[in-house]
Amino acid sequence: MDILASLGDGFVTAMTFQNLALALLGTFLGTMMGALPGLGPSNGVAILIPLAFSLGLGATPALILLTSVYYGAMYGGRISSILLNIPGDEPAMMTCLDGYPMAQKGLAGEALSLSGIASFVGAFIATWGLILFAPILVKFALLFGPAEYFALFALAFATLGGVSSTNQAKAAFAAMLGLGLSVIGVDTQTGVPRLTFGEVHLYDGLDFLVAIVGLFALSEVFIFLEHHHGNSAAGGRSIKVGRLTPPWSMLKSTFGSMLRASGLGFIAGVLPGAGASLGSFLAYSVEKRLVDREGTFGKGDPRGVAAPEAGNNAASGGALVPMLALGVPGSGTTAVLLAVLLSLNITPGPLLFQNNADVVWGLIAALFIANFMLLAMNIPMVGIFTRVLLIPPRILMPVVAMISFVGIYGISGSTFDLLVMIGFGVLGWVLRKLDVPLVPIILGTLLGNTMENNLRRAVTISNGDYWTLVGSPLAIGLWTVAIVGFVLPLFIGRIVKARMHERGDEEGAITD
Amino acid sequence: MSDRIFGAFGLMLAIFFAWGTLQIQESFLSDTVGPKTFPLLIASLLGLSSFAILVRPGPEPVWPSLGRFVEILAAVVVMVLYVEALDILGFVFATTLATTYLSWRLQSPLWQAGLVGVGTAVGIYVIFHLLLGLSLARGPFGF
Repeated sequence: MDILASLGDGFVTAMTFQNLALALLGTFLGTMMGALPGLGPSNGVAILIPLAFSLGLGATPALILLTSVYYGAMYGGRISSILLNIPGDEPAMMTCLDGYPMAQKGLAGEALSLSGIASFVGAFIATWGLILFAPILVKFALLFGPAEYFALFALAFATLGGVSSTNQAKAAFAAMLGLGLSVIGVDTQTGVPRLTFGEVHLYDGLDFLVAIVGLFALSEVFIFLEHHHGNSAAGGRSIKVGRLTPPWSMLKSTFGSMLRASGLGFIAGVLPGAGASLGSFLAYSVEKRLVDREGTFGKGDPRGVAAPEAGNNAASGGALVPMLALGVPGSGTTAVLLAVLLSLNITPGPLLFQNNADVVWGLIAALFIANFMLLAMNIPMVGIFTRVLLIPPRILMPVVAMISFVGIYGISGSTFDLLVMIGFGVLGWVLRKLDVPLVPIILGTLLGNTMENNLRRAVTISNGDYWTLVGSPLAIGLWTVAIVGFVLPLFIGRIVKARMHERGDEEGAITD
Repeated sequence: MSDRIFGAFGLMLAIFFAWGTLQIQESFLSDTVGPKTFPLLIASLLGLSSFAILVRPGPEPVWPSLGRFVEILAAVVVMVLYVEALDILGFVFATTLATTYLSWRLQSPLWQAGLVGVGTAVGIYVIFHLLLGLSLARGPFGF
């Protein structure tokens, strides 16, 4: 009952005119960003953070705007998967498998509305999962001391490469690069400058927002320049949608798939190192095993559209659980959302639910509202978003670049930060070419200071005894999971990745 | 080959990072761990992972042709010039020029690129500065 009362308070917070308007704006922008190939959930949210921040939005409104974008992008990704056979973002890859064949059979409208409903079911179930599961995790997390937190962060980094990672050395390199960047600046505990080489601008440390926008948004612009992709994804193809309601029989036959996929997706989202892409992959492959008796999967089976869409939306909700309850994100976009919390001076983790209960429950209520908005937006109004696919990158990408510059300039007003951002953009391009994942870098810059503080606190408490780091069963357990999580992909990563990438995706370094 | 160069570069970075860490002046008031331990830990893991990349390189990435390299380099130069020009020309003019260039290089015809440039600059100015009150760079004319 406690939960329902908190949720009620949350709805009171979320139901102000400003918050509803922000949720509407967020869901609209999110769906658009998801639909456009080249702009995914993580870089979409990344561009908007500095703006939300410099516009002076409060904590709850800013979070509502950005998580609506996050949920929206998960809906939007399916549109170009179904209509063009090009995933709008990575999690939508599996939707191509049956969505595009359905569209070819002239069932594009049915596929779009069915996947819209599947997205809704997935997100709805996951939001309930968040409500029920996060408080349990919080209670568990209250048992953590500094040594356990240090181990938990290590676990996050070890598993972030994900089970689909083929090169763990590169994932580790990325994490260490990020942690290394976080060291730059004045040491918080002793006040000595570290690795600043006398540059005054660096005393405050590198702003992680600058790194995020550079790595995610600007590097995308460079990728487009490299390939000279100037024309719209739709090319000259005409897009016909047709009837926008799925027949009852189709809904009925896919409902079981949606429920199973939502459950699986949610679990994949909560687990470290999985995220939405794996959620949709798991949902699709399990469903194929279970119900594909006539071998219709891959040839336009509605269940093959419903399952991955429910799976990826459920996973995106599930991924919020560890981010909010532990302060440790398990996927790219939630890492970016963590940056939002940190720049608003809110420390996620168990204390968030006590100290900022209004923020948490307001956010959760807003997720419910946003989900209904998205359902309304994505079924009757899907036509608007199909037109978005006609915007060519030669117009879109310059605008993306300029909005990135404006956002960063708006925060600090310093041209030094803009130059650093360009530097990160180039770095991001090179690293994506070399197949180095970018998310661990971001997570490193975000969590580096907290991780180090926990290390130092733990060792100080035990009077300089480093064995304290593995001094409790809980810590040992976390270290074990971390090591298994890091080593396992060495053996199975290649297989999983090969299956997930059967349908090619060139620069997949931005996962989620 | 790319990965080997990358690994070697990573090793140098790790050594540089460790060297930089050892240059840190410790204050007399320090905690038991001190400001150097964590960076040194990172430097060693950075070196280790770079070494692994060096020894077992992954598949060769598809590098762009020389022309495409120059394209990206030119875009970087334009962006740096844009940043430097912000305080001289002001937001609207600098943004118009930079957006026009980028749109043109993404294969818009020049006149269309010009329109995209003006549209983006004025659009951002109106929405973000006039409506939402975000501060943008001011030029000699105040915008």
